[in-house]
This record gives sequence, structure tokens and C-alpha cells, in this order.
Amino acid sequence: MDLNDTPEQAAFRQQVRGWLQDHKGQAPPSSGDSGDMEYINGRRAWQRQLAEGGLAGVTWPKEYGGGGLGPFEQVIVNQEIAAAGVPGILDVIGLGMMGPCLIAHGTEEQKSRHLGPMLHGDEVWCQLFSEPAAGSDLAAVQTRAKLNDDGSWSLTGQKVWTTYAQFASFGMLLARTDADVPKHKGMTMFIVPMDTPGITVRGLRQITGEAEFNEVFFDDATIPGDAVVGGVGNGWGTALTVLMFERLTIGLGSEGFGYRSDRFARALSSDPAACADPVIRQRLADLSTELLAVRFQGYRTLTALAGGQIPGPESGLAKVTTVNAAIAAGELLADVFGPDALDEDSEWYHMISFLPGLKSAGGTEAILRNTIGERVLGLPPEPRLDKGIPFSELRAKEKEAIA
Amino acid sequence: MNLALSDEQEFLREAAAGALARVKTVEAAREALEDPAKLPDLWPLVKDAGWNGLLIDEEHGGAGLGAFDAMLVLEECGKVLAPTPLLGLLPATAILDAAGDESLAAVAAGDVRPAYVPARPPSDTHAGWSVDAVSGYGRPDAPRIAADGSVTGTVAWVPDAPGADLLVVVGVDESGAAAASVVEARAASVEAVVRYDATRALGHVTFDGSPGRRLDVPESVLAEAWYLAHALIASESLGTVQTTLAMSVEYAKERFTFGRAIGSYQSVKHELTEVLRQLENSRSLQFYAGWAGEDKPDEFALAASAFRNAAGHALDFAVRSNINVHGGIGATWEHDAPLFFRRAQLSKRLLGGTHDAGDRVAAELLAAAATPA
Repeated sequence: MDLNDTPEQAAFRQQVRGWLQDHKGQAPPSSGDSGDMEYINGRRAWQRQLAEGGLAGVTWPKEYGGGGLGPFEQVIVNQEIAAAGVPGILDVIGLGMMGPCLIAHGTEEQKSRHLGPMLHGDEVWCQLFSEPAAGSDLAAVQTRAKLNDDGSWSLTGQKVWTTYAQFASFGMLLARTDADVPKHKGMTMFIVPMDTPGITVRGLRQITGEAEFNEVFFDDATIPGDAVVGGVGNGWGTALTVLMFERLTIGLGSEGFGYRSDRFARALSSDPAACADPVIRQRLADLSTELLAVRFQGYRTLTALAGGQIPGPESGLAKVTTVNAAIAAGELLADVFGPDALDEDSEWYHMISFLPGLKSAGGTEAILRNTIGERVLGLPPEPRLDKGIPFSELRAKEKEAIA
Repeated sequence: MNLALSDEQEFLREAAAGALARVKTVEAAREALEDPAKLPDLWPLVKDAGWNGLLIDEEHGGAGLGAFDAMLVLEECGKVLAPTPLLGLLPATAILDAAGDESLAAVAAGDVRPAYVPARPPSDTHAGWSVDAVSGYGRPDAPRIAADGSVTGTVAWVPDAPGADLLVVVGVDESGAAAASVVEARAASVEAVVRYDATRALGHVTFDGSPGRRLDVPESVLAEAWYLAHALIASESLGTVQTTLAMSVEYAKERFTFGRAIGSYQSVKHELTEVLRQLENSRSLQFYAGWAGEDKPDEFALAASAFRNAAGHALDFAVRSNINVHGGIGATWEHDAPLFFRRAQLSKRLLGGTHDAGDRVAAELLAAAATPA
């Protein structure tokens, strides 16, 4: 057991630190309004610089412009960027999930067309998976892709919780291409140019009052035949690749949320009465214990990744722990500081308002516990009513049930 | 960075599991409930395995291993409720080793068994060194250690004190500063107390000017012994959680109600997933405590306290959930689930109690927050 860098990692860290030292004067602010295009363009330009300096696409293969390095090097880059106080790449979804999915499943033409502009921030990507009636049960997507006589596809339906859709150039879309087969079999993955006529993007305002996500509507939007990724009917397998990289991205950047025990303790330490209260102390201790555990859980995950293991569903436990501990922290801080903590200009306003939704992000807590119980503990699955039934029939049954 | 066990650590763990498997410890835990004399004496097994010298430097005749290695052995003991005297022994040997005491050769050889008589370091809410009371919520002062090494005072619920040859006492000197002394057990009064969990040997220890030998160690060594004991009891808990989770999962797959295995019901599945979540968190904090214990002494108090807090909660939740999953049968005398429940109930109240470890997490974090970086 060793938490120190190897000599090679230390040399890499020095190199990254040196680059950041030389370039951090040109970095844009770390946070801003994602509706402000000037801010977004600044972040894109900074992503281009990071890519040219080898600080973006660290784990991508060299032939696609990446660093060809491992998860430790990615974490070193993340740590040094955080230490330098500069923002990282803008397109986390593209570089973390969509790019690796294209590398795994895309055609040579798709790779050579898209990976370069994605890496350099010239074209930002979004993920068009979740729908109003397909969240935890993602394979229930209803957005239809209909094959036209000329080989093109027409898209009709709605996606939701789409980050950066308002300025993305492309989206990776999971759509139903055959409703007459069981639901996992009739889906296909597509590359969708977001400027295609018939696509409407609308901001989705949350409890915070901000619109950090979007809804995307498809009204007979037509995309070319070569937009298919991974083959027609193979959409579920392709989506699983994306979800695996999603776990990896979260696993390598879990502390990026800013939900850290030292930060919460520092806030409380300003209030001597709170510091002396045994109940407040136990609450701080319990939530901090959870957050410290997640930090070391992350190091364990990283060790497993470096050993060639693929992150499994158990990494979802870290998300459950983090979100619930942060919710407990918000409760504690608001109890101590009173209604002031709930004001829009309070340091805790966003966290307190954002967390109820985060609890369901990447799958609700209930579905994560099902998956982990079945895949990690080996418990028997819940009986299912959708197995082996054509999707169209399943939908008809659902409509009948609520009629 | 590498947060995996070394080959030597894997071997140590397997060897511990193998050695303990030769004794029917869980059956013994049940028999001891009726007759404490039926508890097997595992001291010969401990000596064979060399665990008595685990934390003693090679130049003093020990194995020279670290805190993390000790935690791995205690985890295996916890899996099978093995009544080894290691919780009391290992912190004692850590103090003796730091002092370079003359008893080390005999301790490393296994001719003499020491036990740690613990004292809790001061915190922001409780000035001075204190000990567990025989009864109630108060925190009596730690024993007084005179310049000649003689000791006066009482410490309750001392793990593995009965049958020990030497008592390594942590207390305070005339000025109130932390001090330590080695006392022959026969020079003190050790009242063996068998309580809710019969596998746990405990003693109320009273010193009445008992002659002893002052140990020349800095205060930090005495504080580290307290946190080491926390990391060890937490490791035992981590082991016990693994056993009860495996029991619960096995039963949830085999027991059918309404035509389905009960493990297919979300309520059961989610409760067991919660056990797994708390288990994995405790495991992660064991790595933190192991790393801090060996490489980052400044963080050992926080790491070990957080580990005990997590593992204490995990054990409490796991043993109750094990009974829930088994239903009524899990609450009967002939079932094993109550043996693990008894272990959890008593462990939670020893060495200051799990809640004291929690308070220490808060103390450490608040102290760090108040210190400019």
C-alpha cells in the first residue's frame, strides 16, 4: 500500500505542473453561466489549449490525439488542474464518454471526422439517452428513428436531462428502430448534428432556479444513414459501453463535486456554540466519516483500474454515499446557520437545492441498490413483466393498466 | 499510488484464516455463554503464528510489521469471533517497543503476555487523560503514575487483562502529563468480568501504589496506542460484518415466501446492499487507517477514529439486519446470528465506545479547520 507517486508518475506530475504554471494566466474563470456564450467560448478555447498541452484526452489512444496514458495519469492531471485553481476541460461528457464510445464502436470515418474537433473543444457533444418515461429503465426509450427509402433516418420524440444541448454540435442518441422486438433488442445509437431542422432545445429549470440541463424535442428531424454507431439494433450494447465510461468518469473525478469534510468543518468552526454541541459534533462526524470513506474508496477503484479491472456496478455505492452525506451536510449547516443558509447568495444554497435531484442522477438510488444487490451480492432478480415481450405490446399493456 | 495488499499481506491474511480455521471458535462462543471455562485458550495459536511479536521490531526479536498488518489479523479474528488476546496485547507491545523495554525479548518469545491498560487522550471537550468508568457516563481520570513507576487508580473494562502477565498502563504523572508504566499483573488487582459477549475477556483493573517500571516514551506514542486499539477493534468489526453479510445473503437466496426467494424483494435486497455499502466504506477507511498508521502519523487520530465510527455503525447495522433477514429463527438461542449480535453490542461500548470515536472525528476536523493551512 502506497499513496505516493512512482518516479514516472512524479515526473509526469512535474511536467503537468510546469505546463499549468506557464499557461494558467490564460485560463478563463472556473465557473460561470452556461447560457453565456462568451464564457462558454472561453472554456472551449481553454480546452483546446489543454489538449495541445496533453492535458485533455489523457487516456485516449495516441492515434486519436490522446495521451495513451492510464487512469493514474488522468487523476494526476485532475489533481494538478484543481491545485492550479483553473478549470478543466469543458466537454467532460464528450471526452469521458462519447469519444471512448466512438473509439470502441464507431466507423473509421466517424472517428476521423469527430474525435479531433471533440478533443479540441471545437465541437461539444451531448448525451441523448434519458427520456421522461425512460430514466432508471433506460431501455424503455420511445424516441423513434424511422428508416426512409433513401437510407436516411427520421427522428421523433423527446429527450431530457441533456447537459450542454443548448450549444452542443453533436449528440449521441439512443432511439428505437424496431418496436416489434423485445425492448433491449430494438434500439440503435446515432450521431445527431444538433443543428438538424426539427430539433428544439429548451432549458429545464430546477429547484435551484438555474437551467443546468435541457429538454430536446425531435419533430421529424432527418439524419443521414451513416449516422448509425455500432450497427442497427445494437443500441443497447453501445449504450452499456457509454454507461461503463460514465462510471469511470465519476470514479476518477468524484471529489470534483466539492463535497469535502474539511470544507464543512471549516464552515462550522466559525460558530463556537455549534462546535461545542455534542449532537452537532456527532452529525459532523458521521457525514465526514462517509466522505472520507468515499475518498479512499476512490483510491481503491483507481488501484483496481490500474490493475486492468473494469469498474463494476459497485462503484454506484460511492455515489449513494456521497449524495446522502452531502445532503446531511446541507441539513447540518442550515440547522446551524438558520434561514440565512437558504438564501440565494449563501454558499450552501446551490448544494441544498441541487442535491434532491442529484439523488436520481445516473439512476435512482433504488435502482442502483437493485443492480448492486443482484450483480454484486448475487441476490435473485425481481420478477419482471417486460422480458421477451415486443416493445409495442408492452406499451399497449402499460396503457391498458392505467386506463 | 497503490491501495492493494502486498503479497506478504495476502499471505499473512490467508495464514491467519488458516490457523483460526483449526479451532471451532463460533461453536465455542455459544458454549462459553453457558460456561465461560469452555472458551478455548488461543494463546498457543497466537504464539505459533508469531502474532505476539507482530509489532515488535526485529532487533527486539519481533517480526517488525506495521499497524496495517495487525489490522488484517484482527479482521480474520473478527470473522470467526476468535477469542485471541490481541486487542489488549498489540497496543501494549507497540508501547513496549517504542520504549525499548527490557521485557521485549520475553514478550517476543511468547514467554510473557502483556495487556494494554488504555487511557483516552485529551480532546477539546475533555481536558486530561481519562479512562472508562465501571458504570455510567462519567470519565474518571487516568491512573496516577509516580516517578518511581508505581501506579494508583482504577481502569474498567480492560480488554484481555485477565491472565495477562504484564500490564502496560497509560496514565499521568504528578504534573498531569501523560506517562506509562509496566506493572506485573500480580502486583495489581484484576477482576475478570464476563459479560454479554462471552468471547471477550475483560477485566476491571485496580492499582494501589502497585510497583512498576516507568517507560520512557513520548506522549505521541501513548496517544497512538489508543488509536491503534480503535483501528484494531474496528478491524474485528469489519471481519464480523463480512461473516454476517455472507450468512444473510445465503439465507436470502434459499428462503422462499409467496413463491419467491426473499432476496428478490427490494426491501430485503436494499437492506443487504446497505450492509455492503457500510462494509465497503469501512474497508476503505481501514486502508486510510493503515496508511496513516504507517506513513502519516498526523492523520492517524482522524483515520482510526473514522474507521472505528464507520465499522461500529456497520457492525451494528449488519448484525441487526442479519436477524431481520432470518426472521424469527434469527432471534433464537440455537441460531448463530445472536452470537454476532452479542459481539456487536459489547464492542460498541468498549474503549470509550463508538460514539467517542465519532466525537474524536469531529474534534480532529474542527481543530484542523481552525488551524490556518
